[in-house]
Amino acid sequence: MSKEVRQVLLESGIAVKPVYGPQDLSGDEPQRSIGQPGEFPFTRGIHPLMYRARPFTMRQYAGFGTPEETNERFKMLIANGQNALNVAFDLPTQMGLDSNDPRAEGEVGRVGIAVDTLADMELAFDGIPISEISVSLTVNALAAPIIAMYFVVAQKHGVEQSEVRGTAQNDILKEYIGRGAWVFPVEPALRMIGDTIEFCARHAPKYYPVSICGYHIRESGADPIQEIAYAYCIAKEYVRLGIDRGLGVDDFAGRLSFNFDIFGNLFEQVAKFRAARRLWAKIMRDEFDARDLQTMKMKMIAGGGGGGLTIEQPENNIVRGAYYALISALSGAQTMALCSYDEAYTIPTEKAALISLRTMQILVEEMGLCDTVDPLAGSYYVEWLTNELERRIVAEMERVENEWGGIVRAVEDGLVQREVSHQAWKYEQGLQDGSIPKVGLNRYRMEEEERQVELHTYRPEQAEASIRRTAQVVSSRDSQQVSEALEAVRQAAINGHNTMPSMMRAVSSYATLGEITGVLKEVFGEFQEPVGF
Amino acid sequence: MSRPIKVLIAKPGLDGHDRGAKVASLALRQAGFEVLYTGLHQTIEQIVEAAAQEDVDVVGLSILSGAHIPYTEKLMARLEEIGLRPITIVGGNIPAADVARLRALGVDGVFPTGSRFDAIADFLRARVQAPQPG
Repeated sequence: MSKEVRQVLLESGIAVKPVYGPQDLSGDEPQRSIGQPGEFPFTRGIHPLMYRARPFTMRQYAGFGTPEETNERFKMLIANGQNALNVAFDLPTQMGLDSNDPRAEGEVGRVGIAVDTLADMELAFDGIPISEISVSLTVNALAAPIIAMYFVVAQKHGVEQSEVRGTAQNDILKEYIGRGAWVFPVEPALRMIGDTIEFCARHAPKYYPVSICGYHIRESGADPIQEIAYAYCIAKEYVRLGIDRGLGVDDFAGRLSFNFDIFGNLFEQVAKFRAARRLWAKIMRDEFDARDLQTMKMKMIAGGGGGGLTIEQPENNIVRGAYYALISALSGAQTMALCSYDEAYTIPTEKAALISLRTMQILVEEMGLCDTVDPLAGSYYVEWLTNELERRIVAEMERVENEWGGIVRAVEDGLVQREVSHQAWKYEQGLQDGSIPKVGLNRYRMEEEERQVELHTYRPEQAEASIRRTAQVVSSRDSQQVSEALEAVRQAAINGHNTMPSMMRAVSSYATLGEITGVLKEVFGEFQEPVGF
Repeated sequence: MSRPIKVLIAKPGLDGHDRGAKVASLALRQAGFEVLYTGLHQTIEQIVEAAAQEDVDVVGLSILSGAHIPYTEKLMARLEEIGLRPITIVGGNIPAADVARLRALGVDGVFPTGSRFDAIADFLRARVQAPQPG
């Protein structure tokens, strides 16, 4: 054995010792900081029995092409045992452009389903048991009208607004940092989120109006500490939005959930989630005076991220996905999703999506991950790392407040974007010089490999189908009703009233998403991106 | 002394994945290039206008939504229309089968996800004729 022990530095910058023992937890009070599952501070999980009572929900991101094609994929996933849906919308829909908009050309139905009007949503959910399946809508800038469409569709399925379950992503602040599907300036965009939080708290209390995403911040380059820290700074802003509407924190904040990313070091990820759970409980209790334990529980989808996958030797991504799923289960995630092995290339084929689903099912059925709660608890290393990560996340959150003047200002000025880009550049340099090992890329590379993967193919003619359908809908609707409803949206936007009731009216009249967005742009303007870095 | 090679990195259309564009910009800047970045959601007309105004040597598109063929077609047509001939490169989620299609459209270099930055820098240095002293 050599005298020099190899140095190990985690992506978070934490140095790892070769051995951990009881002395590493001294000063820590395990009973208080680790506690029991289902009890404050929820380090070990938010339910007393966790997966022993009910395994994690499996929710693959899916949607492409026409509503009929998406509907078919939904039904395939449900028939194969998936118990929730996560709807992917195409970029024009996410940006509020109709399929016939010149700026939508080439993108209609490409990375998700194209939704112009309520008619498209009706088709997408045709025959889907909305009362049993919880549906997540991955939409942000235009979350309000899409949530409104979903509520109307649910009603048509016989599910009243007060009973409708599901989640919208609706986290606009992270769109400015990563993912980039922003439309409106920061202030009115935040106000729209406030509208959805308030409306749901008062009229759709079982609905989760916002899912705060560290996921995309990390996918844009953030390290695991920054991922949690920035997401929590954002989440605190949304909590303040609800409080500013006169809601009690316990009346809505328990319906904010989180979406986090998994790739990289297994123990670092597990400790990250355990630390995040504990920290969120403390933030809600100590900073926002939450009294209800439900409000203090950090509920999350923790999914295998695309950032860990490689375009080289793509089948290796199946193996990576399995490890990410293992991490998610060891971390006590409520919901799991995996990027499929072909997603370094394009959106997944049916085969790839099914492999991801089976990967999660194998964990539940064969590997004993649901037998006992938080099985890594008490590990000297994991508990030490959990403490260390919590401490560093808190320090990063303080930096956002003290050095940047808060996350909203940091986003408006492009400071957080710049920080994340530079972190991405540092990581990329590590990949290119080999100091960050990546099998197939900078280790065991095969130069001559044939990258023959069966890929999802985009059919441009589906744009024509979408344009035709919307033209039919538009020609058969009551145009007087539509223009009155759009005017109501405009008035609500101008006068600072909650926009949701007028959104419900507008979508019910089959106003197009482009028409609604056009009205909002006239009132709110558009975001001017700070591009300096 | 010749001026540095001037590169415009552009994000056409609606795709918001800008990690690659920003990282490539930082890498090229580090390698001595002068780099301008358009920011997100640009039309091809806006990109070409910026390229003409800034008199760049290179226009690089970064596209991760899969719409690289239609955007590149539009870029090449627009450049032709106004008689601008920068070196053109395209990066992003480009399946192997599409590399030849992009080359056939007249793109000088295609750099899919995972390409090495020194390869991009070397390629551009070789392709951009040494600029005249300014």
